[in-house]
Amino acid sequence: MVEIPKEILAAVISHAQSGFPLEVCGILGGNGKVVASHHPMTNTDASNDHFMMDPKEQFAVVKALRASGEEMLVIYHSHPESPARPSQEDIRLALTPNVHHLIVSLEARDKPVAKVFRINGGVVEPVEIVVA
Amino acid sequence: MNLTVNGKPASIAEENPVPVSQLLELLRVEQREYVTVELNGDILDRGDFDGATVKDGDNVEFLYFMGGGR
Repeated sequence: MVEIPKEILAAVISHAQSGFPLEVCGILGGNGKVVASHHPMTNTDASNDHFMMDPKEQFAVVKALRASGEEMLVIYHSHPESPARPSQEDIRLALTPNVHHLIVSLEARDKPVAKVFRINGGVVEPVEIVVA
Repeated sequence: MNLTVNGKPASIAEENPVPVSQLLELLRVEQREYVTVELNGDILDRGDFDGATVKDGDNVEFLYFMGGGR
């Protein structure tokens, strides 16, 4: 389970919609299983079907989270035209330990779907989202 | 030597400066080919991992690439 404030989940979905048709990405911070902050990131690939975060932004966000007593809890990205499930490349590049992966699908543009997963060693497990 | 690694104190059993590539091995960082390293505030090029050295008191941050695709 991961708890996400409704305002933050709405902001993540809004980020995905405003970035369409490109993939967007970002980081959610917090503690334990509770998300507390939202950090939209630059997709340096600027692509419809790939994302890569800017390392400079990654370091800045991780340091800011640390300074505020938070941890990186969730890495999110959008799938503009495919379902909310990790692709083979998402699984292969899920390298950061102990984080959740949130995917927003805009396959149905007017009905965004957000799902969260744990990905460890190539094994994908769905995680319940509790919207608080 | 004593370092700060990802914001936390860390010690390694080396007194002399060591290449960043060796530090990652000593820290048992897995899948090092996907790691980005910042040394004292500067992000290193991957090609510099063998040439850049870490000395006592240095501040090292490392992160995995965060990416994916459809």
